[in-house]
Amino acid sequence: MRLFTFLTRRVLAGIFVLWLVSLFTFLLFFLRPANTVAREIAGKAPTPEILHLINVRLGLDQPIAVQYWQYLVRLVHGDLGYSFITSQSVNTIIAQDLPRTASVVIGGVVLWLVVGLSVGILSATRARSLFDRIATFGVLAGLSLPVFVLGQLLLWGVYLQLANHGFTWIQTGYVSPTESISGWLGRMILPWIALATVSAATYSRLSRGSLIDTLGEDYIKMARAKGLTERRVVFRHGVRSALTPVVSQLGIDIGALLGGVVVVEIVFGINGLGYDTIHAVLTGDLPVIMGFVLVGAAFVVVANLIVDLCYALLDPRVRIT
Amino acid sequence: MSTAMEFQARAVEAAPVEAVEGHSQWWLTWRRLRHDKVAIASLIVILVITGLAIAAPAFAALTGHGPAEQFPNTGISATGAPAGPSATFWLGADELGRDLFVRILYGARISLFVGVVTTAIATVAGVAIGMVSGYYGGWTDMLLARSIDTALAFPYLVLTLALVARFGPSLLMVMIVITFFTWSGIARVVRGQMLSIKEKEYIEAARSIGTSPWRIMRVDILPNLLGPVLVLATLAIPGAIVAEATLSFLGLGIQPPTPSWGNLLAGAQNYYAEAWWYLVFPALALLITTLAFNLLGDGIRDAMDPRTERLFAGAERARLRGRARGRAGAATAAEAGAPLSSTGGEQAGPRKEGRDLP
Repeated sequence: MRLFTFLTRRVLAGIFVLWLVSLFTFLLFFLRPANTVAREIAGKAPTPEILHLINVRLGLDQPIAVQYWQYLVRLVHGDLGYSFITSQSVNTIIAQDLPRTASVVIGGVVLWLVVGLSVGILSATRARSLFDRIATFGVLAGLSLPVFVLGQLLLWGVYLQLANHGFTWIQTGYVSPTESISGWLGRMILPWIALATVSAATYSRLSRGSLIDTLGEDYIKMARAKGLTERRVVFRHGVRSALTPVVSQLGIDIGALLGGVVVVEIVFGINGLGYDTIHAVLTGDLPVIMGFVLVGAAFVVVANLIVDLCYALLDPRVRIT
Repeated sequence: MSTAMEFQARAVEAAPVEAVEGHSQWWLTWRRLRHDKVAIASLIVILVITGLAIAAPAFAALTGHGPAEQFPNTGISATGAPAGPSATFWLGADELGRDLFVRILYGARISLFVGVVTTAIATVAGVAIGMVSGYYGGWTDMLLARSIDTALAFPYLVLTLALVARFGPSLLMVMIVITFFTWSGIARVVRGQMLSIKEKEYIEAARSIGTSPWRIMRVDILPNLLGPVLVLATLAIPGAIVAEATLSFLGLGIQPPTPSWGNLLAGAQNYYAEAWWYLVFPALALLITTLAFNLLGDGIRDAMDPRTERLFAGAERARLRGRARGRAGAATAAEAGAPLSSTGGEQAGPRKEGRDLP
């Protein structure tokens, strides 16, 4: 029951953030001097009649409260409007881009968590060993590498050098895995590394500290004294409770992940959501930007909810508060 | 029993002698920091970079290359490729024949300016909001703590995209956005510290003699917060520098021809195959600077920690080594509870035992 209250509160908070974002985008894009949008669409030297026609067609002649209501109704129905530039439905653009962005995100996150946590656990169980020292240095270097710099260095140091020597498996751009699995992998491997490195560094450090801390607890001594195998002590008793601060950090980092994805798509020329949005910003294509802003915010909120749920499952104490 | 009392009596007699040697917290911190070679090296690197940034116009005059000046005859080869590093172009030239070295120096001005100014504003805002939220509690706290959480969970890139699309990219916009996503992490930590400090007896004493809340916060509490806040701020600067570079790289920040490390690297994107220097040197400038700030911040945090003091007690070294595991864990326990901003997840992590223990 308490878990239920906890989740209800989090869902409400998530909806609140989403509402704030939607209100913010509405005010940003709709509360502008009269005819700004109409002028952008109408082309050169528009007559007042044409401007009026566009305003009527887009509903921009209505009072602001009415416009806001219509905007909310459209959002609730999942209609994100049409691109100013290509007149394509924003829903279509997002549906087209989603598999590409998802390819980058899912692979990147898997790599990030697997590498980050396993390096962290190995470092913690072999604290101050050679492995630990090398890992500590690698982590520091990784932490200071912004995603876009690492991405470009990978392109220069790996992609270009391999291509110069006739290895063409690694490519930029995107190929659907339904077309060619190996082509998809070859194009995704560098983006995954670029996206995962910085975060993996953070997480290995965080999980290392947290696990070292946990392994010093009395109940771990107790578990060892009972004669449990070291593997069981570390994984069943140590890792589970050591993961809670890591999971709570995960919630905070989801937003940063979104930024990383945009950068990775730009660097590697993957025509996904981030790529199209940056393009839309540079060409002033407001409906596309708005669509991305809302989808991005929804993604962050939902991901945060999932993180909260994991947190509650991992740490029984959370359910009490 | 009697020996214990004798011992106590001796300890009390000895106490004043030791008390005379009292030092301020800042002096102790500096004494520990001085012995941290990595932190001092980082500090020197930061000072050198700052010096170079300030002296950028001097170098422009020395080389005779303005930051946005194009040299189509010397900077570009006959085939149109950027010129490599040479006596005239120390770090090579870009695709328009501009001097990369001079442009990197001018870029450092932007990076450091954005890093320091946004961090300063965000720190003041974060400390103020965190203190008020933690001190007053109740409704004020509810409201402020919720807004801190909302700001932390807010997808900042999304905010940036929307703002830039609406108002156009500019230095001011970059700084507003970076400040907005830095203050919340600092406010959160300060609020946490505040919650524990305000329960201390000396605060109660101050309150009981009728000191105003404003004075208590300013005189009794703020000095206690300066240490952790200094560490947070040092570690926030590289985050802000990277954020500026990333935004400029995406074309949402500083616009060419004004050089910034981000837009230099964006320019390099199409030329790295024939001009490695165009990619490598701006990337190195960014890496060295952020690494130096990160290492210095780590060093200051270690130096602030009284536990580091024991490192100088040589006799204890052997014993320390044996207990390092358990104690390292204790050190992380205090810090792991307070994850910081999204760029600073590592700050919540452990002290680096590998470096600060013998």
